[in-house]
Amino acid sequence: MPVDYLYPEYEVIRNYDRCINCRVCERQCANEVHEFPENAGKMVCDSSKCVNCHRCVALCPTKALKIVKSDHTFKHNANWSGKAITEIYKQAGTGGVLLSSMGNPENYPIYFDKMLINASQVTNPSIDPLREPMETRTYLGSKPKEIRRDQDGRLINTLPPQIKLSMPIMFSAMSYGSISYNAHESLARAAQELGILYNTGEGGLHESLYKYGQNTIVQVASGRFGVHKEYLGSGAAIEIKMGQGAKPGIGGHLPGTKIGGDISRTRMIPEGSDAISPAPHHDIYSIEDLRQLVFSLKEATEYQKPVIVKIAAVHNVSAIASGIARSGADIIAIDGFRGGTGAAPTRIRDNVGIPIELALASVDSRLRSEGIRDNVSIIAAGSIRSSSDIVKAIALGADCIYIGTSALLALGCHLCRSCQTGKCNWGIATQREDLVKRLNPEIGTVRLVNLLTAWQHEIKEMMGGMGINSIESLRGNRSMLRGTGLNERELEILGIKHAGE
Amino acid sequence: MHRKYVIIGNSAAAVGAVEAIRRNDRNGSIVIFSKESQSTYSRPLISYYNQGKVGRESIYFRPDDFYEKNDCDFRPGTSVFKIDIHSCTITTDSGSDEKYDRLLIATGSEPVVPPFPGLDTVSNVRTYTSFDDALALEELISSGLSRVLIVGAGLIGLKCAEGISKKADVTCVDLSDKVLSSILDDVSSDLISDHIRSNGIKLVLGNAVKAFSGNKAELADGSRIDFDVLVIASGVRPCASLFKNAGGLTGKGIIIDDHCRTSAENVFAAGDCVESVDMSTGKYKVMALLPNAYMQGECAGSNMSDTECVFNKAIPMNALTLFGLHILTTGSYTGEVSDDSEGNDIRRFYHSDNRLNGYILINNIDKAGIYTSMIRDRVPLDTIDFGLVRKAPGLMAFGRVYRDKTLGGKS
Amino acid sequence: MKRVYVNEEWCLGCHLCEYYCAFAQTNENDIARALKDKVIKPGIRVEEHNGICFAVSCRHCEEPLCAKSCITGALTVVSGIVSVDTEKCIGCYTCILNCPYGAISPSEKGAILKCQLCSDNTHGSPACVKGCPNKAIVFEERGL
Repeated sequence: MPVDYLYPEYEVIRNYDRCINCRVCERQCANEVHEFPENAGKMVCDSSKCVNCHRCVALCPTKALKIVKSDHTFKHNANWSGKAITEIYKQAGTGGVLLSSMGNPENYPIYFDKMLINASQVTNPSIDPLREPMETRTYLGSKPKEIRRDQDGRLINTLPPQIKLSMPIMFSAMSYGSISYNAHESLARAAQELGILYNTGEGGLHESLYKYGQNTIVQVASGRFGVHKEYLGSGAAIEIKMGQGAKPGIGGHLPGTKIGGDISRTRMIPEGSDAISPAPHHDIYSIEDLRQLVFSLKEATEYQKPVIVKIAAVHNVSAIASGIARSGADIIAIDGFRGGTGAAPTRIRDNVGIPIELALASVDSRLRSEGIRDNVSIIAAGSIRSSSDIVKAIALGADCIYIGTSALLALGCHLCRSCQTGKCNWGIATQREDLVKRLNPEIGTVRLVNLLTAWQHEIKEMMGGMGINSIESLRGNRSMLRGTGLNERELEILGIKHAGE
Repeated sequence: MHRKYVIIGNSAAAVGAVEAIRRNDRNGSIVIFSKESQSTYSRPLISYYNQGKVGRESIYFRPDDFYEKNDCDFRPGTSVFKIDIHSCTITTDSGSDEKYDRLLIATGSEPVVPPFPGLDTVSNVRTYTSFDDALALEELISSGLSRVLIVGAGLIGLKCAEGISKKADVTCVDLSDKVLSSILDDVSSDLISDHIRSNGIKLVLGNAVKAFSGNKAELADGSRIDFDVLVIASGVRPCASLFKNAGGLTGKGIIIDDHCRTSAENVFAAGDCVESVDMSTGKYKVMALLPNAYMQGECAGSNMSDTECVFNKAIPMNALTLFGLHILTTGSYTGEVSDDSEGNDIRRFYHSDNRLNGYILINNIDKAGIYTSMIRDRVPLDTIDFGLVRKAPGLMAFGRVYRDKTLGGKS
Repeated sequence: MKRVYVNEEWCLGCHLCEYYCAFAQTNENDIARALKDKVIKPGIRVEEHNGICFAVSCRHCEEPLCAKSCITGALTVVSGIVSVDTEKCIGCYTCILNCPYGAISPSEKGAILKCQLCSDNTHGSPACVKGCPNKAIVFEERGL
């Protein structure tokens, strides 16, 4: 047997005084960490298989389990971290590209945490959201530049199609395939209940979810999986996915083992075949090409659906956005480098892209300066963790935000970042029937609705504090933000003053 | 309309009838005649009483206030002597007449006492079907008469043996070479005999009592057994003579239909005194068992009080424990046998024409009711996983649709 | 009346319902202390085979064959709940012979063991339902 260079990252600690050998940990762990050998008469575990997803911890009726990070360590080295060394061992052992899931976990600056929100005192009264009307409703889409009237002075309605949202939050694209049917159903049902939209991702739309069409964004990505006329017509909007924050510049790969009956039918590809999304759209090499696709999709849906173009936040994001705003797209979605994924090469996820806060501010400023800000609405995405992140994003210029990871957390995800194994113990990032059923959409829906209802309350509180009673009055209102610990360049890009100014 | 219900008998069938009548008719009067002096009690418990597992107060089938709560005119110690189905009158042994609008005959069964030569020379003879029998036996044994001979190794004989085994020296004789021949097949009965013997009961099988002389039994093979007390446990027969003498239709018992109606108008019958259709064979049979008695009584009571009720699910069934060994049997032992026994765990299933007819379980009796329901509902065996259910009784074998219906499924 | 319903679509076969049921029967307040080193005898039991699993407990039938068959009068219906008087029950198992769902179990103490919807302990409402992580068991009023 070859030498195993890798020491388990986590240790499963069991309190035998509390363990009653009910074996729920064993039954619930798809990684087969726990075992009850008859001759041992007690539960034993193999920590090396543990991904620290907490399924066993959460279900243990006696709270006899906890997972701790191993204190096993390499000799201290400020340059060669344990992670760097371990990754080399892994690659030396396998010869493969390192794969990871969910968002970039590395220690880059989080600008949301370096911005503070304003509140009214004395001169500009704050508003109590419990007593006064407070509007979080918003509309996404291209806005007319001028008001036109007919001979009798009546308004001529030239308003292009809009997305109506009860609050400026949507569920971001997560494909059926990367997440389970039950996760999709939970998102769809919650979106309907909340009056917002969820996004199919690039895997097509399962036929039994068509009924949530009014709350669905249908995505068209480079693999064009599951795209057909009925699909395009079924949603409230269409999103062209050009890029993804977690893995800008590269495509996607859903292994054939995950392409079972329903997924194969929904994606319109043979069962068991790999679903490969190319890095680029093979018909898009310019803004002009993009414009062609935008209008093809509009033509196919009789100009009734707004078209979103989603890009990853990268270096020249504002110039790219400027192009998109002239392409006929109604909405631009910008996905920051901390956005999640079901699987991405680790190096890409951890080293490519830029923070959403900077990208968003820069795009908003650029479109304003070019006088085309009203051509499009802007959706910011890529690790929105709380209602205050949302308020900050909107003040930086977003019309709306996408949440992906936060929604999955509400569904039970514990960010163990092992989606790529397909053995999600929470029934989210898996297609294994026995695991998928662990997510009961009835529960999932309630949890999502709870989360966003809570966030909506908090947003209203913060708006009221600022003396703002409509979310649209907050959009791009950067005077409501101040920076802390930021240098001048950062403040300039964010377009905000430093705290104290 | 004020209706008068008359019930002859005071056991499970009568209780079932009273409870059903009172669900539908709070006003009619109910008169219950019982030849025994006690409130309604559970006959199968008499051996548990002797065993000391059930106290005197716990033998009662219903709480003390049963008659009062159900507004019953209970007349203990009163035998009914005659039924006149034309004038709708019954006559008690004291000569008084009682008219009825609806009559339930729930007279139960009586022990069979074969005409053994010399039986009249034996002192201390009892049968074993009533609480009085149990009390008498208890008194005899505690007075020092400890050698007990039981004639019959059927249900009654063996439960009696178990009941008194701790205090008495018990010998059990049966003509048949198998114990419990009425409820077990040959294969399973051997296991039981061994078990009974290992618990100190002397079993003399395949050997009949030829005659008695004093308290000495002479057996067919010439051997003799001395004893102090004799218990005749040679089975029971329905008490159907009242109705037969009244001109009603009887076979071995009173013949009833699936509404528990007899051949006479407004006369119903239920319990051990009747003969009804055995669900597992489709043939008429006397099934002297408490569950059937209660359910027939309930059905009769319901129909007597004008709420139509059908009871067509009677089957032979026995649940008994002998010296800690659990034995459950149901239905009839006809057709092909599937034997899934392992060691002392006996699991034998009789089936034919795609239906389960009967089963015998010894030791592991968990979830046996699932098999009973398969017999009762005549479940086609090819619609379920019969192989699975035999080894692992459960609803698993029945498929999703059945389970969604029975367990609730989606709201 | 409210009853326990089981939807096998969401049953994970985790068996937690059995443990919460056993815990409820003990009337202890710490589950670890209550069940440590004990063989549990729950009133709800999970069936599992070939990836299918579901829990079964007493249906509290409108026409309870168990109670009608009971030879001692120990099984009665108390406000819709089929209840056993364990003092009176002698463990003859005639009810087990009759229950079409296999929802009654023998117990070592002699008397039978069955679900009484936690009306007989301090939990108030069915512990199995509260303990089910996936709403596979619900306690609902659905008429009847």
